[in-house]
Amino acid sequence: MLVAVLFYTFATILVVAGVGVIISRNPVHAALSLVLCFLTSAVLWLLIEAEFLALVLVLVYVGAVMVLFLFVVMMLDINVEELKRGFTRYAWLGWLVTAIVVAEIVGVIVQRRLGLDVTRGAVPLPADYSNATELGTALFTRYAYAVELAAVLLLVAIIAAISLTLRRRRGLKLQDISAQVAVRASDRVRLVKMKAEPRS
Amino acid sequence: MITLGHMLTLSAVLFALSVAGIFINRRNVLLLLMCIELLLLSANFNFVAFSRYLGLVDGEVFVFFILTVAAAESAIGLAILVVLFRERRSINVEDLNTLRG
Repeated sequence: MLVAVLFYTFATILVVAGVGVIISRNPVHAALSLVLCFLTSAVLWLLIEAEFLALVLVLVYVGAVMVLFLFVVMMLDINVEELKRGFTRYAWLGWLVTAIVVAEIVGVIVQRRLGLDVTRGAVPLPADYSNATELGTALFTRYAYAVELAAVLLLVAIIAAISLTLRRRRGLKLQDISAQVAVRASDRVRLVKMKAEPRS
Repeated sequence: MITLGHMLTLSAVLFALSVAGIFINRRNVLLLLMCIELLLLSANFNFVAFSRYLGLVDGEVFVFFILTVAAAESAIGLAILVVLFRERRSINVEDLNTLRG
Protein backbone atom coordinates (compact mmCIF):
# COMPACT_ATOMS: atom_id res chain seq x y z
CA MET A 1 0.00 0.00 0.00
CA LEU A 2 2.73 2.43 1.02
CA VAL A 3 4.72 1.49 -2.08
CA ALA A 4 1.69 2.17 -4.29
CA VAL A 5 1.14 5.58 -2.69
CA LEU A 6 4.81 6.44 -3.16
CA PHE A 7 4.69 5.22 -6.76
CA TYR A 8 1.64 7.30 -7.69
CA THR A 9 2.99 10.38 -5.89
CA PHE A 10 6.35 10.30 -7.64
CA ALA A 11 4.85 9.28 -10.98
CA THR A 12 2.60 12.35 -10.80
CA ILE A 13 5.58 14.58 -9.96
CA LEU A 14 7.50 13.01 -12.85
CA VAL A 15 4.75 13.64 -15.40
CA VAL A 16 4.17 17.21 -14.18
CA ALA A 17 7.90 17.92 -14.36
CA GLY A 18 7.99 16.40 -17.86
CA VAL A 19 5.19 18.74 -18.94
CA GLY A 20 7.19 21.55 -17.35
CA VAL A 21 10.23 20.66 -19.48
CA ILE A 22 8.32 20.82 -22.73
CA ILE A 23 6.12 23.87 -22.17
CA SER A 24 8.34 26.25 -20.22
CA ARG A 25 9.52 29.17 -22.33
CA ASN A 26 12.59 29.90 -20.25
CA PRO A 27 15.42 27.36 -20.85
CA VAL A 28 16.56 27.65 -17.22
CA HIS A 29 13.12 26.58 -15.98
CA ALA A 30 13.12 23.72 -18.49
CA ALA A 31 16.54 22.55 -17.28
CA LEU A 32 15.44 22.69 -13.63
CA SER A 33 12.27 20.72 -14.47
CA LEU A 34 14.46 18.15 -16.17
CA VAL A 35 16.53 17.88 -12.97
CA LEU A 36 13.30 17.20 -11.07
CA CYS A 37 12.42 14.54 -13.66
CA PHE A 38 15.72 12.76 -13.12
CA LEU A 39 15.42 12.92 -9.33
CA THR A 40 11.90 11.46 -9.29
CA SER A 41 12.98 8.79 -11.78
CA ALA A 42 15.78 7.86 -9.42
CA VAL A 43 13.23 7.51 -6.59
CA LEU A 44 11.03 5.30 -8.78
CA TRP A 45 14.00 3.11 -9.68
CA LEU A 46 14.76 2.81 -5.97
CA LEU A 47 11.16 1.67 -5.44
CA ILE A 48 11.58 -1.22 -7.89
CA GLU A 49 14.95 -2.05 -6.31
CA ALA A 50 17.38 -0.90 -8.98
CA GLU A 51 19.44 0.94 -6.39
CA PHE A 52 22.75 1.24 -8.18
CA LEU A 53 21.26 2.72 -11.34
CA ALA A 54 19.20 5.16 -9.29
CA LEU A 55 22.38 6.48 -7.67
CA VAL A 56 24.18 6.58 -11.02
CA LEU A 57 21.27 8.53 -12.48
CA VAL A 58 21.52 11.15 -9.74
CA LEU A 59 25.31 11.36 -9.93
CA VAL A 60 25.73 11.36 -13.71
CA TYR A 61 22.62 13.20 -14.85
CA VAL A 62 21.85 15.63 -12.08
CA GLY A 63 25.48 16.06 -11.11
CA ALA A 64 27.13 16.31 -14.51
CA VAL A 65 24.88 16.49 -17.56
CA MET A 66 22.33 18.93 -16.20
CA VAL A 67 25.05 21.14 -14.74
CA LEU A 68 26.55 21.20 -18.23
CA PHE A 69 23.16 22.18 -19.66
CA LEU A 70 22.74 24.95 -17.10
CA PHE A 71 26.24 26.25 -17.82
CA VAL A 72 25.49 26.43 -21.53
CA VAL A 73 22.10 28.07 -20.94
CA MET A 74 23.67 30.75 -18.81
CA MET A 75 26.70 31.21 -21.07
CA LEU A 76 24.64 31.84 -24.18
CA ASP A 77 22.75 35.09 -24.45
CA ILE A 78 19.59 33.58 -25.92
CA ASN A 79 16.88 35.80 -27.27
CA VAL A 80 13.87 34.02 -25.75
CA GLU A 81 11.37 36.38 -27.38
CA GLU A 82 12.57 35.38 -30.83
CA LEU A 83 12.23 31.68 -30.05
CA LYS A 84 8.77 32.09 -28.57
CA ARG A 85 7.36 33.39 -31.84
CA GLY A 86 5.19 30.76 -33.52
CA PHE A 87 5.29 28.67 -30.35
CA THR A 88 1.77 27.30 -30.64
CA ARG A 89 1.63 26.70 -34.36
CA TYR A 90 2.52 23.03 -34.10
CA ALA A 91 1.43 22.50 -30.50
CA TRP A 92 -1.85 20.83 -31.48
CA LEU A 93 0.06 18.35 -33.63
CA GLY A 94 2.35 17.60 -30.69
CA TRP A 95 -0.52 16.95 -28.30
CA LEU A 96 -2.29 14.83 -30.93
CA VAL A 97 0.80 12.67 -31.42
CA THR A 98 1.15 12.39 -27.64
CA ALA A 99 -2.41 11.17 -27.22
CA ILE A 100 -2.06 8.65 -30.05
CA VAL A 101 1.27 7.29 -28.79
CA VAL A 102 0.00 6.89 -25.22
CA ALA A 103 -3.22 5.25 -26.38
CA GLU A 104 -1.37 2.82 -28.60
CA ILE A 105 1.25 1.79 -26.07
CA VAL A 106 -1.25 1.45 -23.21
CA GLY A 107 -3.53 -0.46 -25.56
CA VAL A 108 -0.74 -2.90 -26.35
CA ILE A 109 0.12 -3.31 -22.67
CA VAL A 110 -3.46 -3.79 -21.49
CA GLN A 111 -4.90 -5.72 -24.42
CA ARG A 112 -2.09 -7.93 -25.67
CA ARG A 113 -0.12 -8.11 -22.39
CA LEU A 114 3.15 -8.54 -24.30
CA GLY A 115 2.92 -12.31 -23.96
CA LEU A 116 3.65 -12.14 -20.24
CA ASP A 117 1.82 -11.33 -17.05
CA VAL A 118 2.02 -7.54 -16.69
CA THR A 119 -0.24 -7.43 -13.64
CA ARG A 120 1.96 -9.27 -11.20
CA GLY A 121 4.51 -7.64 -8.96
CA ALA A 122 8.21 -8.40 -9.09
CA VAL A 123 9.52 -11.44 -7.27
CA PRO A 124 10.85 -10.19 -3.91
CA LEU A 125 14.62 -10.26 -3.72
CA PRO A 126 16.45 -12.05 -0.89
CA ALA A 127 17.72 -9.87 1.94
CA ASP A 128 21.39 -10.37 1.05
CA TYR A 129 20.89 -9.43 -2.61
CA SER A 130 23.26 -6.73 -3.79
CA ASN A 131 22.26 -4.90 -6.95
CA ALA A 132 25.73 -3.36 -7.34
CA THR A 133 27.42 -6.77 -7.07
CA GLU A 134 25.14 -8.32 -9.67
CA LEU A 135 25.56 -5.41 -12.05
CA GLY A 136 29.32 -5.31 -11.57
CA THR A 137 29.64 -9.05 -12.15
CA ALA A 138 27.70 -8.79 -15.41
CA LEU A 139 29.58 -5.67 -16.53
CA PHE A 140 33.07 -7.03 -15.99
CA THR A 141 32.52 -10.58 -17.22
CA ARG A 142 29.98 -10.89 -20.03
CA TYR A 143 30.05 -7.23 -21.04
CA ALA A 144 33.75 -6.47 -20.57
CA TYR A 145 34.34 -5.56 -24.23
CA ALA A 146 31.26 -3.35 -24.24
CA VAL A 147 32.58 -1.54 -21.17
CA GLU A 148 35.88 -0.89 -22.94
CA LEU A 149 34.01 0.38 -26.00
CA ALA A 150 32.00 2.70 -23.76
CA ALA A 151 35.25 4.03 -22.29
CA VAL A 152 36.60 4.72 -25.79
CA LEU A 153 33.32 6.39 -26.70
CA LEU A 154 33.61 8.73 -23.72
CA LEU A 155 37.20 9.55 -24.67
CA VAL A 156 36.11 10.37 -28.22
CA ALA A 157 33.32 12.54 -26.83
CA ILE A 158 35.76 14.45 -24.63
CA ILE A 159 38.15 15.06 -27.51
CA ALA A 160 35.33 16.05 -29.86
CA ALA A 161 33.78 18.47 -27.37
CA ILE A 162 37.10 20.12 -26.58
CA SER A 163 38.23 20.38 -30.20
CA LEU A 164 34.85 21.79 -31.25
CA THR A 165 34.83 24.57 -28.70
CA LEU A 166 38.55 25.37 -28.81
CA ARG A 167 39.19 28.57 -30.71
CA ARG A 168 42.07 30.90 -31.40
CA ARG A 169 41.22 34.54 -31.01
CA ARG A 170 42.86 37.06 -33.26
CA GLY A 171 45.36 39.34 -31.64
CA LEU A 172 45.79 37.10 -28.64
CA LYS A 173 49.29 37.33 -27.15
CA LEU A 174 50.62 33.85 -26.46
CA GLN A 175 53.90 32.42 -25.21
CA ASP A 176 55.85 30.31 -27.69
CA ILE A 177 57.72 28.22 -25.17
CA SER A 178 59.95 26.29 -27.57
CA ALA A 179 61.13 29.54 -29.14
CA GLN A 180 61.79 30.95 -25.67
CA VAL A 181 63.84 27.93 -24.65
CA ALA A 182 65.77 27.77 -27.92
CA VAL A 183 66.81 31.40 -27.82
CA ARG A 184 70.55 32.20 -27.62
CA ALA A 185 72.32 35.16 -26.18
CA SER A 186 73.43 36.23 -29.64
CA ASP A 187 69.76 36.67 -30.68
CA ARG A 188 69.11 39.15 -27.95
CA VAL A 189 72.25 41.18 -27.31
CA ARG A 190 74.56 42.52 -30.00
CA LEU A 191 77.93 43.80 -28.81
CA VAL A 192 79.27 46.55 -31.02
CA LYS A 193 82.86 47.68 -30.94
CA MET A 194 83.28 51.37 -31.58
CA LYS A 195 85.77 54.03 -30.88
CA ALA A 196 85.25 56.33 -27.96
CA GLU A 197 83.82 59.61 -29.09
CA PRO A 198 86.04 62.62 -28.52
CA ARG A 199 85.16 64.83 -25.63
CA SER A 200 83.65 68.00 -27.01
CA MET B 1 2.27 -3.13 -5.45
CA ILE B 2 3.99 -1.80 -8.55
CA THR B 3 3.39 -4.03 -11.55
CA LEU B 4 5.18 -4.15 -14.87
CA GLY B 5 2.15 -2.51 -16.46
CA HIS B 6 2.51 0.52 -14.18
CA MET B 7 6.13 1.08 -15.14
CA LEU B 8 5.51 0.57 -18.85
CA THR B 9 2.57 2.98 -18.83
CA LEU B 10 4.59 5.62 -17.02
CA SER B 11 7.41 5.16 -19.51
CA ALA B 12 4.93 5.48 -22.41
CA VAL B 13 3.58 8.74 -21.00
CA LEU B 14 7.11 10.10 -20.59
CA PHE B 15 8.07 9.04 -24.12
CA ALA B 16 4.96 10.67 -25.61
CA LEU B 17 5.60 13.86 -23.65
CA SER B 18 9.11 14.12 -25.00
CA VAL B 19 7.92 13.52 -28.57
CA ALA B 20 5.35 16.29 -28.06
CA GLY B 21 8.17 18.47 -26.75
CA ILE B 22 10.10 17.92 -29.95
CA PHE B 23 7.06 19.09 -31.93
CA ILE B 24 6.39 22.09 -29.70
CA ASN B 25 9.95 23.36 -29.23
CA ARG B 26 11.12 22.83 -32.76
CA ARG B 27 12.82 26.22 -32.92
CA ASN B 28 15.06 25.96 -29.89
CA VAL B 29 18.01 23.56 -30.23
CA LEU B 30 18.65 23.60 -26.49
CA LEU B 31 15.12 22.46 -25.64
CA LEU B 32 15.32 19.82 -28.37
CA LEU B 33 18.41 18.38 -26.66
CA MET B 34 16.56 18.35 -23.34
CA CYS B 35 13.62 16.53 -24.95
CA ILE B 36 16.03 13.91 -26.31
CA GLU B 37 17.38 13.41 -22.78
CA LEU B 38 13.81 12.87 -21.56
CA LEU B 39 13.22 10.38 -24.38
CA LEU B 40 16.30 8.36 -23.43
CA LEU B 41 15.14 8.42 -19.80
CA SER B 42 11.83 6.83 -20.79
CA ALA B 43 13.70 4.14 -22.75
CA ASN B 44 15.78 3.51 -19.62
CA PHE B 45 12.57 3.12 -17.63
CA ASN B 46 11.52 0.26 -19.89
CA PHE B 47 14.91 -1.42 -19.59
CA VAL B 48 14.94 -1.16 -15.79
CA ALA B 49 11.35 -2.39 -15.48
CA PHE B 50 11.83 -5.41 -17.74
CA SER B 51 15.14 -6.27 -16.11
CA ARG B 52 13.54 -6.24 -12.66
CA TYR B 53 10.35 -8.09 -13.55
CA LEU B 54 12.01 -10.75 -15.69
CA GLY B 55 14.82 -11.18 -13.15
CA LEU B 56 17.62 -10.57 -15.66
CA VAL B 57 20.40 -8.14 -14.87
CA ASP B 58 21.28 -7.56 -18.54
CA GLY B 59 18.65 -4.84 -18.90
CA GLU B 60 20.35 -2.78 -16.23
CA VAL B 61 23.68 -3.21 -18.01
CA PHE B 62 22.06 -1.75 -21.11
CA VAL B 63 20.81 1.21 -19.08
CA PHE B 64 24.43 1.75 -18.12
CA PHE B 65 25.49 1.96 -21.75
CA ILE B 66 22.56 4.18 -22.67
CA LEU B 67 23.63 6.56 -19.90
CA THR B 68 27.16 6.59 -21.37
CA VAL B 69 25.95 7.30 -24.88
CA ALA B 70 23.52 9.96 -23.66
CA ALA B 71 26.26 11.75 -21.72
CA ALA B 72 28.55 11.71 -24.78
CA GLU B 73 25.71 12.88 -27.01
CA SER B 74 24.77 15.79 -24.79
CA ALA B 75 28.41 16.86 -24.39
CA ILE B 76 28.97 16.93 -28.16
CA GLY B 77 25.54 18.43 -28.80
CA LEU B 78 26.18 21.27 -26.39
CA ALA B 79 29.64 21.85 -27.88
CA ILE B 80 28.08 22.12 -31.34
CA LEU B 81 25.47 24.46 -29.87
CA VAL B 82 28.16 26.73 -28.42
CA VAL B 83 30.01 26.86 -31.76
CA LEU B 84 26.71 27.53 -33.56
CA PHE B 85 25.88 30.38 -31.21
CA ARG B 86 29.33 31.91 -31.74
CA GLU B 87 28.85 31.84 -35.50
CA ARG B 88 25.21 32.91 -35.77
CA ARG B 89 24.39 34.64 -32.45
CA SER B 90 21.23 32.52 -32.41
CA ILE B 91 20.15 28.95 -31.63
CA ASN B 92 17.02 29.04 -33.74
CA VAL B 93 16.69 25.98 -35.96
CA GLU B 94 15.26 28.11 -38.76
CA ASP B 95 18.49 30.10 -38.97
CA LEU B 96 20.33 26.93 -39.97
CA ASN B 97 19.72 27.30 -43.69
CA THR B 98 23.25 27.28 -45.09
CA LEU B 99 22.74 23.86 -46.67
CA ARG B 100 19.42 24.99 -48.18
CA GLY B 101 17.68 22.07 -46.54
